[in-house]
Amino acid sequence: MDLTETTRAALAALFPGATAPAAPATEDETTSAAAEPAPLGVSVLDPARAGTWLAVHCRPDQVVEAARILDGQGFFLESIAGVDWPDSGQMEVLYDYNRLGGATCRVLVHARVARDEPVLPTISSVFPAADWHERETFDFYGIRFEGHANLIRILLPEDADFHPLRKDYLP
Amino acid sequence: MNVPVHLRPDETFVLNLGPQHPATHGVLRVKLTMDGEYIVQAEPVLGYIHRMHEKLAEAGTFAQFMPNTARMDYLHALAFNHGWALVVEKAAGIEVPERAEYIRVITVELNRIASHLLWWAAFLLDLGGFTPLLYAFDDREQIIDLLERVTGSRLTYCYMRFGGVYNDIDDEFITGTRAFIQRLRGRLPRIYHDLVTHNIILIKRIKDIGFVSAEQCRRYGATGPVARGSGISYDVRKNEPYSVYPEFDFDIPVFPEGDSMARYMVRMHEIEQSLRIIEQALDKLPGGPVMGKAPKMLKPEAGYYYSAVETARGSLGHRLVCDGGKNPYKLKLRSPTFSNLSLFGEVAEGMLLADALAFMGSLDLVIPEIDR
Repeated sequence: MDLTETTRAALAALFPGATAPAAPATEDETTSAAAEPAPLGVSVLDPARAGTWLAVHCRPDQVVEAARILDGQGFFLESIAGVDWPDSGQMEVLYDYNRLGGATCRVLVHARVARDEPVLPTISSVFPAADWHERETFDFYGIRFEGHANLIRILLPEDADFHPLRKDYLP
Repeated sequence: MNVPVHLRPDETFVLNLGPQHPATHGVLRVKLTMDGEYIVQAEPVLGYIHRMHEKLAEAGTFAQFMPNTARMDYLHALAFNHGWALVVEKAAGIEVPERAEYIRVITVELNRIASHLLWWAAFLLDLGGFTPLLYAFDDREQIIDLLERVTGSRLTYCYMRFGGVYNDIDDEFITGTRAFIQRLRGRLPRIYHDLVTHNIILIKRIKDIGFVSAEQCRRYGATGPVARGSGISYDVRKNEPYSVYPEFDFDIPVFPEGDSMARYMVRMHEIEQSLRIIEQALDKLPGGPVMGKAPKMLKPEAGYYYSAVETARGSLGHRLVCDGGKNPYKLKLRSPTFSNLSLFGEVAEGMLLADALAFMGSLDLVIPEIDR
């Protein structure tokens, strides 16, 4: 089995009820309309177009389990990014994982939270790299990561009272 | 009057390093808890040069963000140009003529050498050696003159366009670059290695200092020379090839020791590999246009896009989210030194302050790129 297939099979454990998705049917996921959340599950993408091999759409409480699975497969955390979707009343957190050496298999984990109560569990206990990336996402979006040991602002001044990357923030 | 200070055995004190300190090369602050000369805890404090480039990206069109890219990593600005051009070209499906990609690679590699030379100079300055800086700046000046000729700038380049580059290279640039390759190949062993690399004072300062394990690199997401100095063979140019890098024959220097000397050796060998790439690119340089067809106003399809390039400091990623509009909906810049620096606290614990500064220098920090 190649790396993408092994990783997909490992991540499928997150969604026990789901039937194995037919790979060709998920190819169009690359450019699915971003504003509306995609159904939960693992999908195979076209890396030439998306720069990503696998996409995982999961519930916020599953991000730690996803991190554990990828940690076990030898992945490293590349970055964490927030996205604000005010029209659907949600915020999204994007976790990028990749392999450090050998074949490349970038995995993008999506999780959506309510915009008025943006809370997710921290994955910094699995990957210490998440510590600063989660602080940055908190700084820019006000998304809180429960269990984070030191969730304070990282790039903005400590007395800032705004989260600048929210779409309704105007300087 | 000198009053002797008596510390209790378990007594520590807090020492602020920076944000205005010559060894941090910019406005980085490190809050240190010290037990005498030894570091008990080190906590980097960021944000002193934060400019919120990611909000600026959302406020303008795709093309309007190009000048911003050079203002993050000002030492390897062309790699940031390249990364932004590649992710937008991927999202919008723009074709780039082959000659343009060759020119991109030549200029990016020249810029990489200039970045490594400046790191080398500044690192040795941190360790107390002033003379090497003069040699390195002499060579770096040659590169800057060459790049100024084609890009129009000396430091903050805005040379790349979606679909190519804005200016073709001429014969004088090609002749000058070939002469530079000869020049640096002659000077690397004679000046750089004989004067510095084999110098016993340097070896005593950085060998077996600042040990970073391969597992630490993975847990903290460290890439670039930091990972390659810890035995990890990871270079985006090889592991996730982009542009025309697969056309060239070059090696990825990897040193397994994990100390500051290993990171030093990785960068010195990378200079030689970059010279090899430039030489091959000049030999194979195809003819044709340097700009492809690209619409004036870009509106990429809605979706999530990622593109990575290898800068002098590691893997630079652009996570781009598009909603079908003319502005980027969201751009996250995964800057390499942000992740590389995050392991500093863990590694610096228990080190002597002077050793920790040598270790920090070996990480090759560029603060505007961390703070964005």
